[in-house]
Amino acid sequence: MDNLHKRVVITGIGLAAPNADNIKDFREKLLRGESNIREIDLRYFGKAPAGICTFPETRYRKKKENKRGTRAGCLGVYCAHEAMNNANLALDYYDKSRIGVYIGLTEHGTVETENEIYNISQYGYNTDYWTHHHNPRTVLNNPAGEITMSLGITGPHYSIGAACAAGNASLIQGAQMLRLGEVDMALVGGISESTGSFGIFASFKAQGALGSAPDPRQACRPFDLSRNGIVVSEGACIYVLEILENALERNAQIYGEIAGYAMNSDANDFVLPLGERQAECMMLALQRAKMSPRDIDIISTHATGTPQGDIEECKAIRQVFNDSPTTYINNTKSIIGHAMGAAGVLELAGNLPSFQDNKVHPTINVRTLDPECSLKNLVLDVPLQLDSISTILNNSFGMVGINSTVIVKKYSS
Amino acid sequence: MTSNEVKDLILEIIADIDEDAEFDDLQADQPLRDQLDLDSMDFLDIVMELRKRHQLQIPEEDYPQLATLNSCVNYLGPLLKNA
Repeated sequence: MDNLHKRVVITGIGLAAPNADNIKDFREKLLRGESNIREIDLRYFGKAPAGICTFPETRYRKKKENKRGTRAGCLGVYCAHEAMNNANLALDYYDKSRIGVYIGLTEHGTVETENEIYNISQYGYNTDYWTHHHNPRTVLNNPAGEITMSLGITGPHYSIGAACAAGNASLIQGAQMLRLGEVDMALVGGISESTGSFGIFASFKAQGALGSAPDPRQACRPFDLSRNGIVVSEGACIYVLEILENALERNAQIYGEIAGYAMNSDANDFVLPLGERQAECMMLALQRAKMSPRDIDIISTHATGTPQGDIEECKAIRQVFNDSPTTYINNTKSIIGHAMGAAGVLELAGNLPSFQDNKVHPTINVRTLDPECSLKNLVLDVPLQLDSISTILNNSFGMVGINSTVIVKKYSS
Repeated sequence: MTSNEVKDLILEIIADIDEDAEFDDLQADQPLRDQLDLDSMDFLDIVMELRKRHQLQIPEEDYPQLATLNSCVNYLGPLLKNA
């Protein structure tokens, strides 16, 4: 079989989410609908609900290196090592010059720049006090590069900038590079350190798109009639991607197989999404996966909890799936908030164990379902047990009109 | 600042850079770089901290003067005599 038609599988997952630092705990928390969104206090901005990750930051890297690098790098290094361990892959199993690291980012450098401007404000804005760490911290390849330094990987590394579709985009990039024969193994995923930036919160607020609620755990409530915006979360998730035959040769566990994917652009508006293009994106992914809508067991929605965004995605899903009776729908952001560049891969990771437990984890915080979001088979409040689950369609959309859909299927020989 | 105070200042700055740094067996006449696994970025951190804490502007050609604890004392002592 030529490379371009080789099957690509996910064989390892490392993650840091606001409610868990490994895939097993993450799955359990999602099934229980256990959110850990809390109130944080940001410089200049004040208080806001947000998701902050707690994980063993020095398990794979010294404090000194974490201090020199970025929060995104710290998250990435942790998740990359965890993914390798989870895949039961020794660092020398693949030629390190044939491993690619492709990391999706919504933005990078905002936190570091804000911090540095604050720093020089303490010295009369004298740029002599601007740190020499600024450039290596803010180059766009920073998190991916920190991962290669920590793992000694000498193959290609770069970031994929695709707003909040970036996690899916990196997964697609990794699959493509494997199929092109550019690399033998890929570390793909997304990272977000956006909770460190007051500007990101302030911008969402100015846009009228920052979620809030008296209880921060209820601030993110996609599809609820009273939803009022996004909850910004920190997060990271990295997958090990391998060619199926290589994975089988080493008896790897297989979380799922990349069955199809698509990306397109709205070409319409800076912030407002467009259901019509989202529907086209889902249809193209289905076509490439050689599946019909009824073949999809779970739709992992992108919906962020903004009034219009959720409606657009629901319109698109209705258009494509036409109330498919065998397709169930959930939303992970309701539990963990919006992890930006990491959102797509974290949300997919949260759903992948359904191939083993046949459960659909729920969407939480819907008290009054918005009639415009009342999709058939929306799984609310409690997990749903099915007889079998073998396909997931994962949506991730982003600002300036970028859409992505990845379809993953349960591995079957 | 006395010689010991200059030494303490340098060690305090290095401890801020690397919380795990061990100073017990540090030889004052041997390069800090080798003994504490410091690199050029760390030395730039030391220069920046001296600027922030004591408004010292150390020209690049003088950076080698910060190689050992003793050379730090010799170089910084006069500059910090009134500190």
